[in-house]
Amino acid sequence: MKKPLGAIAHTRSGDKGDTCNVGVIALQPEFYPIILREVTPERVKAHFGELVKGKVERFELPNLGAINLLLHESLGGGGTVSLRIDAQGKTYGAALLGMEVNVD
Amino acid sequence: MIRIANGQGFWGDWLEAPVRLVEEGPIDYLVLDYLAEITMSILQKQKLDNPNLGYARDFPPLIGRLAPKLRERGIRVIANAGGVNPSACARAVLEAAPGLTVAVVHGDDVFGRIDEFLSKGYAMRDMDTGEPISTIRPRILSANAYIGAFPLAEALDKGADVVIAGRSTDTALTLAPMVHEFGWGPEDWNRLAAGTIAGHIIECGAQCSGGNCQIDWQSIPRMADIGYPIIEAEADGSFTVTKHERAGGRVNTDTVKEQLLYELGDPHNYITPDCIADFTSIELTDSGRDRVRVTGIRGGPRPPTLKLSISYANGWKAIGTLVYSWPQALEKARAADQIVRRRLEELGLRFDEIYTEFFGVNACHGPAAPPNPDPPEVQIRIGVRGQDRKAVDRFTRELIPLVLNGPPGATGFGEGRPPVREIVAYWSALIPREEIETSVEVIA
Repeated sequence: MKKPLGAIAHTRSGDKGDTCNVGVIALQPEFYPIILREVTPERVKAHFGELVKGKVERFELPNLGAINLLLHESLGGGGTVSLRIDAQGKTYGAALLGMEVNVD
Repeated sequence: MIRIANGQGFWGDWLEAPVRLVEEGPIDYLVLDYLAEITMSILQKQKLDNPNLGYARDFPPLIGRLAPKLRERGIRVIANAGGVNPSACARAVLEAAPGLTVAVVHGDDVFGRIDEFLSKGYAMRDMDTGEPISTIRPRILSANAYIGAFPLAEALDKGADVVIAGRSTDTALTLAPMVHEFGWGPEDWNRLAAGTIAGHIIECGAQCSGGNCQIDWQSIPRMADIGYPIIEAEADGSFTVTKHERAGGRVNTDTVKEQLLYELGDPHNYITPDCIADFTSIELTDSGRDRVRVTGIRGGPRPPTLKLSISYANGWKAIGTLVYSWPQALEKARAADQIVRRRLEELGLRFDEIYTEFFGVNACHGPAAPPNPDPPEVQIRIGVRGQDRKAVDRFTRELIPLVLNGPPGATGFGEGRPPVREIVAYWSALIPREEIETSVEVIA
């Protein structure tokens, strides 16, 4: 069954220069394997489309039931250079909650 | 056990937070984090205009307000409020709160040493782009090395009531009282990593105690009275994250996990001047109402280099907005965008970038935003940036005329032309740590 990622995870995002990090945390331990299977760098890059110009990296934190995604070249130059309203990627975590995942 | 509380996550954070931390329950140390990457350059400009400025000006009056309680309860304060002028900050603190023992940590400011570093052969390449610093040398506005917890702990060892640092790391502010109280050594990697992660959890203030929390945010108790976080630290490196009982907000493993992942890079290698912390070793347990126990943290040796935080001037920018109403709000806003771009082109103006967002449609999330085909209103936000200030200034005149000479139904121009702002960009580089010598000055 397809559901939005927000049904099984919560997120927080922030910035490091022109890179946005999105932490994705399983709402229940049994959702963590689904996140590992469904939230791949390729799918995340496709979800954000032209917003993410560089590559997407993924790190695993099984102790927290979480993954950490690095979205490179995604903040319009970052910090003070960027012309975007969300130059620090504060809302990118929320944007990922809408990505469809297969929860079976 | 010692209690370390953080009352400011950045310069501009809630002014009442540190006061409530001191008044609503027991704490031993109050840490205040004032510096973001861009803050140093703002402070450098203020110091160039007035040699008595260049520090976080909120800090001295706050200490003046808190001083009677700090004395009464023996609470000591550690803050990176010094910016680029910690000595002037210390003088202002002593004026606001005479009789306190204030210590200043020197050595992070390397603005005057860039040419010396270049002559020694350090290229100070940007950690993102790999370019050598010589490409921006004349445009540098500030340069500071991130310093760790040990100089701050030394200031506490020397009896300071208030420790004022410049560009210390955010995490060092929290780690320093643990090093001071528990006598941790410079190679106690696991415990230093634990104190560093405690610092990461509280460095953004209420962002770990119910602020900006996605889970059940509507049910978070009394957000107007949100409690800022407190670490109850043990000598073995384990600790508990909590808040004052009387305060609002929420502390549980969900709120702490969210903050642990904030601004995180490679979780195996969280690099600080004090150690390299491993976020995959953290074990969290809910241990009572608004209490999270943190154990198991491992760390590794500190790196041989320190990170430099450098700011430089990088051109000009301006961003303007207009609002278009229903019907066809988005269509009108898109037409306005095309008209502005066409007029800028016909003027022959050159920019590094022109960027347009449509509020109510896609500004925050771009293509990831859900479709909203016929919104009641749309705000168009157009920004330009470039090296030619005159071109950016000319752009600021191109929006308001659209109210009369563009698509129908435009409003929201009451603020007039948008301001032109200088872009202060950020450069990070590495330097061998032997080049940075810190010292502690105690002013009684």
